[in-house]
Amino acid sequence: MFYRTAGQFKTSYQADHALFPVRQDAILLAVILVFAFAVFPLTASEFTFRALLIPVLIYSLAALGLNILTGYAGQLSLGTGAFMGVGAYACYKLISIFPEMNIVVAIALSGFFSATVGVIFGLPSLRIKGFYLAIATLAAQFFLVWLFQKWSWLYNYNASGAIQVPNINLFGVTVAGPRASAIVQYYFVLSVVCVMTVFAINITRGRIGRMWKAVRDMDIAAELVGINLMRTKLMAFFVSSYVVGIAGALFVFLWRGAAEANLFDIPLSFRVLFIAIIGGLGSVLGNFLGAILIVALPVIISAVPRALGLPLDAATVEHLNIMIIGALIITFLIVEPHGLARFWAMIREKLILWPFPH
Amino acid sequence: MNPRPDHTQLVAPEDGIAKGDVLLDVRNVSLSFGGVKAITDISLNVLKGEIRAIIGPNGAGKTSMLNVINGFYTPQQGTIVFRGKERRSMKPHEAVGQGIARTFQNVALFKGMSTLDNIMAGRSVMMKRNIGWQMLWHGPALREEIEHREKVEEIIDFLEIQHIRRTPVGKLPYGLQKRVELGRALAMEPSLLLLDEPMAGMNLEEKEDMSRFIIDVNQQRGTTIALIEHDMGVVMDLSDRVVVLDYGKKIADGPPDEVKNSQDVIDAYLGVPH
Repeated sequence: MFYRTAGQFKTSYQADHALFPVRQDAILLAVILVFAFAVFPLTASEFTFRALLIPVLIYSLAALGLNILTGYAGQLSLGTGAFMGVGAYACYKLISIFPEMNIVVAIALSGFFSATVGVIFGLPSLRIKGFYLAIATLAAQFFLVWLFQKWSWLYNYNASGAIQVPNINLFGVTVAGPRASAIVQYYFVLSVVCVMTVFAINITRGRIGRMWKAVRDMDIAAELVGINLMRTKLMAFFVSSYVVGIAGALFVFLWRGAAEANLFDIPLSFRVLFIAIIGGLGSVLGNFLGAILIVALPVIISAVPRALGLPLDAATVEHLNIMIIGALIITFLIVEPHGLARFWAMIREKLILWPFPH
Repeated sequence: MNPRPDHTQLVAPEDGIAKGDVLLDVRNVSLSFGGVKAITDISLNVLKGEIRAIIGPNGAGKTSMLNVINGFYTPQQGTIVFRGKERRSMKPHEAVGQGIARTFQNVALFKGMSTLDNIMAGRSVMMKRNIGWQMLWHGPALREEIEHREKVEEIIDFLEIQHIRRTPVGKLPYGLQKRVELGRALAMEPSLLLLDEPMAGMNLEEKEDMSRFIIDVNQQRGTTIALIEHDMGVVMDLSDRVVVLDYGKKIADGPPDEVKNSQDVIDAYLGVPH
């Protein structure tokens, strides 16, 4: 009923290429942004920021990076965690070597380090595909985590072997480190994620996005329409690892505050991959939906018994939580194997026609 | 029904070769895979502006010939002269830059993309704005996108596929997929268009449509076409000259009437023992 496209005519190709061809979508996004930028900061507690909002945003960004590679360009990767690590360690080294460096600049630059590493480990994609490529990226995963442990220069020869985020100011406000307040960090992360998302949407809907999708759908045909497979695949690795690296830098600097090498081990890679798959490969929106399901829902569910005053002990809640989330994931994948984004697209299509079946 | 729009602006690019001159010259090409000889010492040429058919029984080497022409296979012997330039080998993606586009025997579309995106993908090479502009979208990247969209819409108009513009091509029936694939090839503005069995698996009506499009492409746009086809009626009606292959050898070459009456061709199709 609210979703009517009647009366919305497009009279130019420019209008047809608009981000939201249906006006209601733009309104919906505006409402979400108002919530993200105004309502949540006014109402949320310190715990909500730290356990819910910030991690959801950071995981969404990491999944977005992976989705560019796997969902758009069709190159399966299991090394996301390690590439996040490269971003985080690069940012840490930049800040330690140039303490005066603006944190925004440091994060933006650290993305280039992970992008370079990503391209190097993406080179096998020129010869191998599918599961075999996944194994090659797995090599990156193990090698890089090993490097984070063994190369003590990376963590400034700390006895603990961990990296510790110092207090960092941006325009007089502490944005990272032990003294930073959650709300500032939330705004910082939210802004970075918004900007990166806009860039990702623009890239994926234009020429480069089409080239990636062409390589994903049929690489031989892509080559015969003049697409240089090598450049296109490596560009996907570059852009994807850049975004993942930024997510990694945010992960440590704006959320965890400290990190050890094994934080970037394979469970992190799988977590991001699950978010991308459950959210929907080949979709930008899906990453956010997936992150909400995988990251936020467990937190919310475990908070429910406490809020209701149920006398359940912590271990039971934890087990129930895992069972509920597992069941939900399976249900979603059975109902819509193409992910939550497709689920939403179907709901939207139905809403546009509602109450008529066709 | 509206009158057919005028598509005269869709002209094949100027390549300095006059109509009727040799556009593509394949000289003594041989190709083998291990011990299997796919093509043995074949020479053939394609003149600018003509429709050239390559026919022959199954396994005659027709598709191999197309693959050699657009750089997918490198022949062991012989040379290929296209637009006056000689080459031995090249990467397939370079063929587009030279002005060769093709369609496939089994439809090779990008299944997850819409018709519009598939045809737009055919113009990727011509779009130059780099990733920096693409990130910003507004400004030069959008202008370029719209400029190419207009060209693509002309092709969509020409092939009468306006109604499926937004449909993912994986959901389209086979005949329409073939048409979209032709559209993608046309989007590359080729001077030589290679069609590998454009009418395979179509019903009569679809064949008639496709024939009409092929003739229109040839006459209105002036695109030179080399096609492989098994439907003899279509081949004889459409093409200016026909070359017949059998077991990787050329057994006849000439106008349709001449080829039709050649004893070698009749033998090849009826299966006289060699």
